[in-house]
Amino acid sequence: MIVAEQKPVAKILEMAAGAQTALVLGCGTCVTVCFAGGDKEAEILASALRMKARLDGRELDAAHLTVQRQCEWEYLDTAADRIRQADVVVSLGCGVGAQAIVERFPEARMVPGLDTRFYGLPTRHGVWEERCAGCGDCVLDYTDGICPVARCSKSLLNGPCGGSHDGKCEVDDAIPCAWHEIVERLTSRGELERLAEVHEPKNWRAARDGGPGRIVREDLVRDAQDGAGT
Amino acid sequence: MAPESRTVETNLSRVLSSGGFAVTGELGPPKGADPAVVRDKARLLRGSVDAVNITDNQTAVVRMSSIAAAALARDEGLEPVVQMTTRDRNRLAIQADLLGAWALGLRNVLCLTGDHQTFGNHPTAKNVWDIDSIQLVKLLAEMRDQGVFANGEALEGDPPRFFVGAVESPFADPVAYRPFRVAKKVRAGAEFLQTQCIYNMEKFREFMARLGDLGVLDKVHVMAGLSPLKGPGMAKYMRDNVPGIDMPDEVVERMTAAGAGIDDKAERQKAWRAEGIRLCVEQIQQVREIPGVAGVHVMAIEWEEAVRPIVEGAGLLPRPEPLGAAAEG
Ligand code: SF4
Ligand code: SF4
Repeated sequence: MIVAEQKPVAKILEMAAGAQTALVLGCGTCVTVCFAGGDKEAEILASALRMKARLDGRELDAAHLTVQRQCEWEYLDTAADRIRQADVVVSLGCGVGAQAIVERFPEARMVPGLDTRFYGLPTRHGVWEERCAGCGDCVLDYTDGICPVARCSKSLLNGPCGGSHDGKCEVDDAIPCAWHEIVERLTSRGELERLAEVHEPKNWRAARDGGPGRIVREDLVRDAQDGAGT
Repeated sequence: MAPESRTVETNLSRVLSSGGFAVTGELGPPKGADPAVVRDKARLLRGSVDAVNITDNQTAVVRMSSIAAAALARDEGLEPVVQMTTRDRNRLAIQADLLGAWALGLRNVLCLTGDHQTFGNHPTAKNVWDIDSIQLVKLLAEMRDQGVFANGEALEGDPPRFFVGAVESPFADPVAYRPFRVAKKVRAGAEFLQTQCIYNMEKFREFMARLGDLGVLDKVHVMAGLSPLKGPGMAKYMRDNVPGIDMPDEVVERMTAAGAGIDDKAERQKAWRAEGIRLCVEQIQQVREIPGVAGVHVMAIEWEEAVRPIVEGAGLLPRPEPLGAAAEG
């Protein structure tokens, strides 16, 4: 899932300067699961914004609403009136959801209530860890299921750097060294030889370095056109 | 002995392949643009080493470029080993800079991953790691042997034929993997290898034996990394904080004992440093006895004046007469 964190209330109020009404718009998918932008968080944030505004000597009528998925226009349409009416929409969707709002409702003023962090999973209650960086050229076969791109702090492709210690990454003791894990896993499966050959430089163009991503499925595009024609 | 390669002869490669025991040092460029700092350090090392590593934004702290400092050191009569990390440059910048290094007459390159930028003085910077150090070794080997860039395209004119080095940290985790990683670097085309600082000789001997088992010792010149200790504080710091350093307690105790009973601060420091130099001399003698060790890399960081007494104490002076400052290209 996409994992995000809420920005501080003071920061959100600052971004929403000048607004008298605000709609805190939650999202019912990834950010609900990571407790950053679901209905509950939207409700709490709306009330926190009202209180903090009052303390700051400012009037802000903040309400909340949650759509099932901010990142698809048809779900946003269910909140169309509320989005249009508010002076500002505080998006509690990920960066995709937040942008979908202004794409669908160009007249709306939107500010992001979340910082979108990564694609990850909960490893225990209250802890989320990054697992994938969307590199567009997956190498999980080579590393036997542990991603070196997202989970090694240097995205190395040929084994651990010299900073690996006690299974931890040199960057922070809270970060497991991905290459330590890869080496252990391959060793226990008797497949360490897989790492013997030099892995070629990666094709980074498959992700951000090739410009913004775009996928076109001609078959689906055609189906949609045919459907429209009948 | 390293295999026949198309590398141009450098002072370092010549000493190593002649079977002599090579000595390299380390020179950290300044956090500023004053060439005099590099020249002064270079003069302290001249005559004591066969070549000197010029570090590349070491510990992710911005310093004068390693290639520029290498050119300055070369002009002072030292043969540089240009360090190149893959942290700060993508494959375009690395190749461009190394073409320039070759054009300036620099002939040895050491390929490193580099410390993470969050350790340094610009912790909010974006890192690169477009390629890793092993891919860099391979890139330079292919440039040398096939005259091509990383994309396979032929480069114009005579290609750079660097003497290509790599590093290894023998005691870093996962320890059992380290010799395997050396073999990988050799397969990628590394001709010489410098290690992280060694203090635990017993374990280093095992590491070298493992390299022997893997059959890489006749393909690469291994230089043992040694770093003289300035005092017990440095020894403890390295023991507790630096990944990949195996610092036996005896070493810490020996350094502590060297200053015991000396109340005068300056005198105590002198005693520590003298002991650090003595220890380093002994370490050189010990690593010389280990099969496959072709030389030492003495890292006297911000203590360049220690190098001469160490090398002299180990009986390694005078160094073989160096090749002309600007090697033929
Ligand atoms: S290799 Fe790329 S696509 Fe595969 S998990 Fe890692 S970042 Fe994601
Ligand atoms: S310590 Fe491990 S995870 Fe961290 S940068 Fe080095 S190899 Fe990657």
